[in-house]
Amino acid sequence: MTLEQLMFYGLGAVGIGSGLLVVTRRNPVMSALSLVLNFFCLAGLYLTLNAQFIAVIQIIVYAGAIMVLFLFVIMLLNLRDERALSDRLSARKIIGAGLAFGLLLQVLYILMSAADGFPQKDEALAVSTGTVEVIGVQLFTTFLFPFEITSLLLTAAIVGAVLLAKKKLD
Amino acid sequence: MDLLEPIIKIAVVLGALLTASAIVVLFDRKFSAYIQNRYGPNRVGPGGWMQSIADVVKLVMKEDIVPKAANRFVHDLAPMISITVALTTFAVIPFGDTIPLFGKEYNLIIADVNVGILYILAMTGMGVYGLTLAGWSSNNKYSLFGGLRSSAQLISYELSMGLSLIGVIMIAGTLQIDDIVRSQTGYWFGWIPQWNVISQPIGFITFFVASFAETNRLPFDLPEAEPELVGGYHTEYSGMKFGLFFLSEYANMIVSSALITALFLGGWHLPFAETWGLDPLVLALLKIGAFMFKMFIIISFYVVIRWTLPRFRYDQLMNLGWKVMLPVSIANVLATGVVMLWLTR
Repeated sequence: MTLEQLMFYGLGAVGIGSGLLVVTRRNPVMSALSLVLNFFCLAGLYLTLNAQFIAVIQIIVYAGAIMVLFLFVIMLLNLRDERALSDRLSARKIIGAGLAFGLLLQVLYILMSAADGFPQKDEALAVSTGTVEVIGVQLFTTFLFPFEITSLLLTAAIVGAVLLAKKKLD
Repeated sequence: MDLLEPIIKIAVVLGALLTASAIVVLFDRKFSAYIQNRYGPNRVGPGGWMQSIADVVKLVMKEDIVPKAANRFVHDLAPMISITVALTTFAVIPFGDTIPLFGKEYNLIIADVNVGILYILAMTGMGVYGLTLAGWSSNNKYSLFGGLRSSAQLISYELSMGLSLIGVIMIAGTLQIDDIVRSQTGYWFGWIPQWNVISQPIGFITFFVASFAETNRLPFDLPEAEPELVGGYHTEYSGMKFGLFFLSEYANMIVSSALITALFLGGWHLPFAETWGLDPLVLALLKIGAFMFKMFIIISFYVVIRWTLPRFRYDQLMNLGWKVMLPVSIANVLATGVVMLWLTR
């Protein structure tokens, strides 16, 4: 097994494990921490694909900013432990879980039966597309319009948030 | 053999960083004693300079107390996060030019990654978890206040920290810290060194101020704030777990002074040293010395400011962060862009 494969399986295992912890922990802070660990595993997986920029941005934006706000809110609200799942298991939830399992089986079946399986990694292409320079050039030439539209959308969201916050104060 | 070089580098840097932290702790105490007209530690070793060793021995021997109502796992995890973040950030900072040893050139940087600056911003962003979780897991209202304050403070100042670096990135045209240092090795008019502190004075000031907030030093040490919060996030910590928080604060100080040196003060660049006709090995060692000297100047600034300015009030801190630092650093980006366009026209 090469070092890269070792990294992939290691990060994948920890990622899935932490993902499970996110939904099974009763303490919301522990769930949030597991999610942070999951983000780190994802960033590591991006690194094995030579996508350095995406990997670091994943950590800065999700682990460094969004999850800190999550934790901030959880701590401010001082949430108690969630009740156990079995306390409020209804027929609707059992059916939902069954449907989700069915979907998983379908996806697995399609993936397994595909003629050429998973696409192979193209090393040269990965090196030439993952760096900051390439992403920057693409953003400011080919994808300039979507890029600007996105920033407009974000500005609108900020204005909306400020308006909502102000309304509550008055 | 491929792995040997980074392992040796990591061992050397880690050892140097931890030793330097212990020395800086003592330097801080001695200097503050001098400022306050008292003796400071003067019992252990010659002139009291072995005090840090005695302190570490004491902290290791002490009992580790965990409050009954605390979340044990997170309580143990928080100091680990703090110290890990403080020590790993140094990995991408070049502390010298290439050094010729045993007939081979060695880069004096652990990992010369393509996205160096982004890596540093990501790591400093992680530092907040240590403080926030310490505050939450202690199950103490003062600790919780400290933790909440630290998360609000670090998020506010991270933004202007990142934005104040954009001017430097625009001038150097790269995110690789080694290349940024190398872009500062020229001279203007043949005698002014091309350091970013001269071309980016506003970026330098905003970054310097933000680094105070990121390292929780006075006047921005609100997460600790001894008089009002009894020590803030580390109120409920004792023994070496408290020691790790203490150590990571000083390691953070060293790392941010190294970062300021590398990004704004020309890094290991010693003006005109290339023209002295020295042996390459001596020159390389001299450059490491220059880097450490610049770091020492910045650290002295941290200490002097700690004993000069009073602590900010919480709302003043937020106002400064969002209403002064952020607009100033955005204006700096705009001004840099305009000047660069005008110069290349």
